[in-house]
Amino acid sequence: MSAQGLTGPGLRVDRLPRRRRVNRAMELLAWLAAAIAIAILAIVVYSVARRGASELNLNLLTKDPIPFSFGNQPQGLANAFVGTLVIVGIAILMALPVGILVAIYLNEFAPAAIRNGVSMVLDVLNGVPAIVIGIFVYGLIVVGHGQSAIAGSFALACLMLPLVARATMEVLALVPNALREAGLGLGIPRWRTTLSIVVPQTVGGIVTGTVLAVARVAGETAPLLFTTSFVGTQTHWDPHHALQSVPVAIFELSESADPQDHARAWAAALVLLIFILIASLGARWVATRSRAKMAAR
Amino acid sequence: MSTTIEPTVRVETARRQPMPPRERLETIFAVDGLDAIYSGKTAVKGVTMEVYKNLVTAIIGPSGCGKSTYIRCFNRMNDLIPGFTQTGTIRYAGQDICGSDVDPVAVRRNIGMVFQRPNPFPKSIQDNVAWGLKVLGMKDDLNDRVERALTRAALWDEVKDRLKASALSLSGGQQQRLCIARAIAVEPDVVLMDEPASALDPIATQAIEQLMHDLKSEYTFVIVTHNMQQAARVADMTAFFSISQGEEGQRYGELIEYDATERIFTAPSDKRTEDYVTGRFG
Repeated sequence: MSAQGLTGPGLRVDRLPRRRRVNRAMELLAWLAAAIAIAILAIVVYSVARRGASELNLNLLTKDPIPFSFGNQPQGLANAFVGTLVIVGIAILMALPVGILVAIYLNEFAPAAIRNGVSMVLDVLNGVPAIVIGIFVYGLIVVGHGQSAIAGSFALACLMLPLVARATMEVLALVPNALREAGLGLGIPRWRTTLSIVVPQTVGGIVTGTVLAVARVAGETAPLLFTTSFVGTQTHWDPHHALQSVPVAIFELSESADPQDHARAWAAALVLLIFILIASLGARWVATRSRAKMAAR
Repeated sequence: MSTTIEPTVRVETARRQPMPPRERLETIFAVDGLDAIYSGKTAVKGVTMEVYKNLVTAIIGPSGCGKSTYIRCFNRMNDLIPGFTQTGTIRYAGQDICGSDVDPVAVRRNIGMVFQRPNPFPKSIQDNVAWGLKVLGMKDDLNDRVERALTRAALWDEVKDRLKASALSLSGGQQQRLCIARAIAVEPDVVLMDEPASALDPIATQAIEQLMHDLKSEYTFVIVTHNMQQAARVADMTAFFSISQGEEGQRYGELIEYDATERIFTAPSDKRTEDYVTGRFG
């Protein structure tokens, strides 16, 4: 018997088998849900890889596209990769300092009312659809100044800002108050304690949050269509001009009549996926390392 | 069964130098009518007492009598708590330290603190002591200062070969002594200790008591403890706090009696003190 040795007055052994069955079923459901999540990722990666494999080569990263090519000259999407690098790079430079400072202000200095209010605003900003941000930046910068990579970066930075700020706030909240008191108890000003004691504790979390934000915005298409999409086929680095980007290139190639263009679009998507995967792994590594550093050696 | 209750605490007079007569004592803190309030709830009410220089002053009392709240008023540590207000005055060397025009950083610069749980920075042992010195501009003879502080905190011999190791690798008692070293390295006038030994074993506790004893010629110590034996061992003066009930049933902490430690433990003038120190209550 399954309930052997557990019998006794008041112990409801009769329900034990049923409870076990429910437990099993629930476990199975949870396992299934996890499996579905993994399966979706696997299917996406597989289908992208299968279709893009034929065009995944060094040319993709090093050669510019050739418009109206009917021959078999090697071509790639170097202009888009460089453009995404520049656009996302500048977006990080814009969003990271502001996001971190917002989080530090809210978590370390702001009164509770302001903290709650601004946190809610950040959540709302986080929920604003990317295309709305695109239109906003279009009206703010592009009308009058024309398209530019900087305008695209600004749009992406608007998307990154709440992600970075919220992630940083969360890790700041994990820093024990005892450490703040230790610094302040020595007669050291609050800003100095924050800077030298509190913030270094959160570097791992900030890096993770930033990488997740980058992963999120690197694939954004809508805001870039408004801000940096009228582009040529040559590689440029100057952010004052509109630069091609990977998601926009994928979008444009997918509308092409040439099946080889489709393959290149898939290959570019695959590169984007691999980049995000590597970035996430890197972020995890940094986070684990900083956590290990915090614990006893 | 006998109904007489022997005092459970004996005052060790052997280890203690006799206290100088009252008139020769120098007042360092003059507390007058201090009320401490958390969001409308009074934690401590109407405390008036004087803390004397170069003595160890203990604050004892049952849990919830506001001892910790009270000691945190001395260096404005309660400023960090939202909704905290206080009325009444605390004068430090004649100067009011409670006013909103007084910089709490300057107050804490003079009045250091050791907390209930050891809270070393997640830095090396050396940097734990050196960081405060560096930030406060005491950079001359940095290594000497670190060594001196660690020696005074009775930790130097245990850590001198691994100053670069993480402070978090130390035991609890060592961490607490490191926190004391960190506090005295920046040369405050007063060291406040909020139940410094409550998380420590008896040997580490003894080390900390010994160092208070050794250092009191240079510093003034105020120590909160719920361990009466500890108060009897280290303190020259003892303040007994208890929980009183107001007219509407609200409970608040109150200073009941403040006197030389020996008197508090052997001949208290208040019945409540007697009940507490003899173990009938609390």
